[in-house]
Amino acid sequence: MCQTMRQETIFEMTSPCRDNFRITGYHFGNGEKALAIVGAMRGDEVQQQFICSQLVNRLQYIEQQGHITEGYSILVIPSCNPFSMNVSRRFWAMDSTDINRMFPGYDQGETTQRIAAAIFTALNGYHYGIQLASYYVPGDFVPHVRMLKTGYEDVETARLFGMKYVTTYQPRPFDTTLLNYNWQLWNTKAFSLYSGHTSQIDTGTCDETIDAIFRMMQRTGIISPRPLRAAYESIVIDEASLLHIKAPHAGIFRRVVVPNRRVVAGETLANIIDPYNGKTLCDVKNTADGIVFFTHNRPLVLQNALLFKIHTL
Amino acid sequence: MIKTIVSTELPIDERFRIRKNVIQHGKEGLRFCVVTGTHGDELEGQMVCYELAHIVGENSQKLNGTLEIYPALNPLGIDTIQRGIPNFDLDMNRIFPGDPNGTMAEQTAHAIVEDIKGADMVIDIHSSNLYLRETPQVRINVQDAEWLVPFAERLGMDFVWVHDAATVLEATLAHSLNATNTPCLVVEMGVGQRINHKMCHRLVKGILHLMQTMGLWQGTVETGWESSIICKGDHVTFLNAETSGVFLTELKCGINVMRGQVIGQIVDPLRGIVLSTVTSPVDGYLFTIRAYPIVYEGSLMARIYNR
Repeated sequence: MCQTMRQETIFEMTSPCRDNFRITGYHFGNGEKALAIVGAMRGDEVQQQFICSQLVNRLQYIEQQGHITEGYSILVIPSCNPFSMNVSRRFWAMDSTDINRMFPGYDQGETTQRIAAAIFTALNGYHYGIQLASYYVPGDFVPHVRMLKTGYEDVETARLFGMKYVTTYQPRPFDTTLLNYNWQLWNTKAFSLYSGHTSQIDTGTCDETIDAIFRMMQRTGIISPRPLRAAYESIVIDEASLLHIKAPHAGIFRRVVVPNRRVVAGETLANIIDPYNGKTLCDVKNTADGIVFFTHNRPLVLQNALLFKIHTL
Repeated sequence: MIKTIVSTELPIDERFRIRKNVIQHGKEGLRFCVVTGTHGDELEGQMVCYELAHIVGENSQKLNGTLEIYPALNPLGIDTIQRGIPNFDLDMNRIFPGDPNGTMAEQTAHAIVEDIKGADMVIDIHSSNLYLRETPQVRINVQDAEWLVPFAERLGMDFVWVHDAATVLEATLAHSLNATNTPCLVVEMGVGQRINHKMCHRLVKGILHLMQTMGLWQGTVETGWESSIICKGDHVTFLNAETSGVFLTELKCGINVMRGQVIGQIVDPLRGIVLSTVTSPVDGYLFTIRAYPIVYEGSLMARIYNR
């Protein structure tokens, strides 16, 4: 007889005036801790929450069909921060701390340290870990798998997602409290998936990300093969190699190119418009042939702001 | 002389500027910097900068060297009552020494460090946040204790806390400066979004006293304060809330407490009951106490130096 999904309250806490704060996990399969997936860690990660909800929905069906490999278990935590999402705040509403910068957490510490500790306890011991993440700079990306260079990063498994890019980057001091940094140090092969958007649901990139996660599950033998759309042969890059294009002036930002667009040296990537007279203050020019990996996505820009990252060819 | 160390365009008819006041007298002499406003909700440093600029500016003949005053390292945060930089996720005091090729915040952090480094002394003034009230204190990373504690003692603060090293703190302004052999003392006092005049006057005197002992200031300074309590090693007890609720207390920080003494109560306004009582587990010196009454499980309520 097939297992059925089990729901677990991973953390619960009373609040001064609101309902209890709860973090809910969904378990599939039975046996060795094969894969844990974490969705929204911040209150504006709606795309990440939606993707996780779709994963829970499809995994229920897959489990009922007996397609989770015997002896493997999967955990999905769609939201680590429902309180902030309910009040449209990115960080913990009481003190603006970021749960994703509190790992590995401390169960006798401050509130968000305790939340992080409970999440980390639930996530500990899984062979693979996936976090659906968002970046600290607002913008749109080519969907990709991202890993910190801790010495434990697993590029070969990252390729199995079949996303367009796999990127690695050198952690800075403020990265040492991230979930994925600590996950790696605690022997989980951890991957951050950037699905392109954060506060809005884009069904195209959602589908691409969901497919990538199921593809990785198939290729690592966690679930049985099932039909999926075509995969990419991932390009692996160190983020330090990306070309940065900055804003020569502040003003209104009019983007000409979008992520994944092939561009040539000298091509206009964006215009910056004078906010008073509507004239073009400057064209933002590309300086090397390549592919647009990241773009600023706000209507206004500050002078010297990072506008584009280009994967040069 | 007012100098601008960062100036970039904002989208609509405004420039983002970080400025400093440079007061110089005498051909020889040391360079002393006072910086504040990294966190936009910490305001005590504003009054300290005003007082120093006024006193030293009016008596510049008593200065033997250079005093540089940076009142607002995060002017947009101060102006919008935000701890951080508007539209930027990271705490500004976690991105130093910055990056000239990074985001605007990282470029700004880089420019600040480049401008300050090489000074003979830097005082980085913080004033806790909205949630905690702090006794006037100096905080020093244990790695820098031997070098910096003798300077800190001359500031006349109640308390000097030599705390453990943490990787994440390597990205603070103070650590970044100390790493370049630029001595930087972090002062914490008061509570966010308010100015405690008494504390500010004490720190102004302390800074002038430190300048005097370094040969930078020839004016008179009223001292007569007690020696600072120096806290080294793992002797600080953290009290965290056992329950969520509303914290009520009659205590202020800067007092000695006894083991078992009630610090305050966390109550439930709906049911009219006490949810938990916060008591001191040690005899010691209460140097931090919760200021903002709404608390969640785990909220920091107090810090006590267990002597």
